[in-house]
Amino acid sequence: MSATMEGPLLQVRGVKTYYGKIIALKGVDVDVKRGEIVTLIGANGAGKSTLMMTICGSPQAREGSITFEGRDITRMPTHEIARLRIAQSPEGRRIFPRMTVLENLQMGAALDKLAYFDQDVERVFTLFPRLKERIGQRGGTLSGGEQQMLAIARALMTRPKLLMLDEPSLGLAPLIVKQIFEAIDELNRTEGLTVFLVEQNAYHALRLAHRGYVMVNGLITMSGTGRELLEKPEIRAAYLEGGRH
Amino acid sequence: MEIFLQQLINGVTLGSIYGLIAIGYTMVFGIIGMVNFSHGDVFMVSAFFALIFFLLFMTILGIGTPIIALLLAMILAMVLTGLLSWTIERVAYRPLRGSFRLAPLISAIGMSIVLSNFIQVAQGPRNKPVPPMVNGTIDLMERDGFAVTVSYKQIIIVLVTAVLLAAFWYVVQKTPLGRAQRACEQDRKMAALLGVNVDRTISLTFVMGASLAAVAGSMYLMYYGVVHFADGFVPGVKAFTAAVLGGIGSLPGAVLGGLLIGLIETFWSGYFSIDYKDVAAFSILAIVLIFMPQGILGRPEVEKV
Ligand SMILES: Nc1ncnc2c1ncn2[C@@H]1O[C@H](COP(=O)(O)OP(=O)(O)OP(=O)(O)O)[C@@H](O)[C@H]1O
Ligand SMILES: [Mg+2]
Repeated sequence: MSATMEGPLLQVRGVKTYYGKIIALKGVDVDVKRGEIVTLIGANGAGKSTLMMTICGSPQAREGSITFEGRDITRMPTHEIARLRIAQSPEGRRIFPRMTVLENLQMGAALDKLAYFDQDVERVFTLFPRLKERIGQRGGTLSGGEQQMLAIARALMTRPKLLMLDEPSLGLAPLIVKQIFEAIDELNRTEGLTVFLVEQNAYHALRLAHRGYVMVNGLITMSGTGRELLEKPEIRAAYLEGGRH
Repeated sequence: MEIFLQQLINGVTLGSIYGLIAIGYTMVFGIIGMVNFSHGDVFMVSAFFALIFFLLFMTILGIGTPIIALLLAMILAMVLTGLLSWTIERVAYRPLRGSFRLAPLISAIGMSIVLSNFIQVAQGPRNKPVPPMVNGTIDLMERDGFAVTVSYKQIIIVLVTAVLLAAFWYVVQKTPLGRAQRACEQDRKMAALLGVNVDRTISLTFVMGASLAAVAGSMYLMYYGVVHFADGFVPGVKAFTAAVLGGIGSLPGAVLGGLLIGLIETFWSGYFSIDYKDVAAFSILAIVLIFMPQGILGRPEVEKV
């Protein structure tokens, strides 16, 4: 027990992931400690989403190791990894299109057999009141932004120990982005929720996160605290200038 | 008018049986996109299970009332047919998942041949009769010497079908298992990310479809009083037609399609020629595939994801 409490919550070491013969991750090391917000930034096609999915075992890493709470999960099936309370709001949102908003949220709470559903659903409705208004609407007919909120809410419904968000700001109005980032910050401060965040919106992400990693072509090229990374000229040049809000 | 009513009654009865079988096709197609061509033979095997247990309960255990023997036989047939289908999926389909699209289809045709040949060898090539289980009819009306009747058998079939469909509908729409099934159907990877054991859910889908086929098998046995090793094929293909007609992947569609195929078949027999009833049923399949490939209740392929 003590070993699991000391090490990082999530430890990724030398992970290589392939799509067929093509290598997408070329040996990635990442740590996420309990209570941290860690962000991963990088250009399109760098391998950010691949890393998130590899952590969830879909696809599995061909080399290297992934440990969560001190337990090796590299070869674990995806649904068992989910049962360790690693939740993901994945790229493309992946809302169940022919289920209602309510049913999508119920799918998030399925691990606990809906035991905490009523209280948890109130909590996500406070974060996203919009979802409450749309409760009976089918997921596939929601607007892009509403789907994004639903994907995050569904991930929260799993009561995660590690929440992984793949570009939560994608397609959302600046005001909503601000709300989502504030919500992440608040969950982190009040409940100690650990968050691993992939973002194109590097400025906001680095300001929010305790630490950040920069990925280029399947490799981590830089890491540091959010503030450190924000001040690096390379980062400003590559990810911030022109894209600043 | 009398002929019309009589054919309506007969058609609904037959359609109930087709609908029960069609659900197995439509659910498996919905969840893994595969046409399970052995499903018709699974239905046939279930009728043999029902036959064997029925005779066993009647003779050895000496249960006096055939209805109770039939009910027990049906329940056992549901369990065993579920197990059979579970095994088939594990052995013949799951290893091929992720292979090229036709692989599981070919495997299913192979399983279909295995099942019917096994029954042919094990149970013999002739019709297997059972003593009548339920007798009696109710005369609804009579005019000019033509009586419209409904038999107790028909009432039982329609009632059993309705009750099971309702139970089944409840499971799929309201229970965690049903939600997991629909989630796997819509996005398997996301379902796994939320902790759904996708392989197990697919297995359970096969088991549920097979159990409903076993209900159909038991009803078929009671209705016709005989079963034959080749009896999986034609009802199987008709139920498949029903699933396509209703919109493959849609549960209400399977039931509606089953009823329609049953009605078309009996009305055709009643008004035109009994010899051509299968031609009529299968012409429908061709027409539907050409003009309405998504079926009556199937969803059109436009959806925002
Ligand atoms: N299913 C797949 N099959 C083959 N190649 C893939 C697959 N998914 C991703 N790739 C490739 O792997 C590389 C990394 O993709 P990934 O989606 O992880 O990038 P990303 O950093 O998330 O990019 P973005 O910011 O655009 O979302 C890309 O070159 C991509 O083309
Ligand atoms: Mg991505």
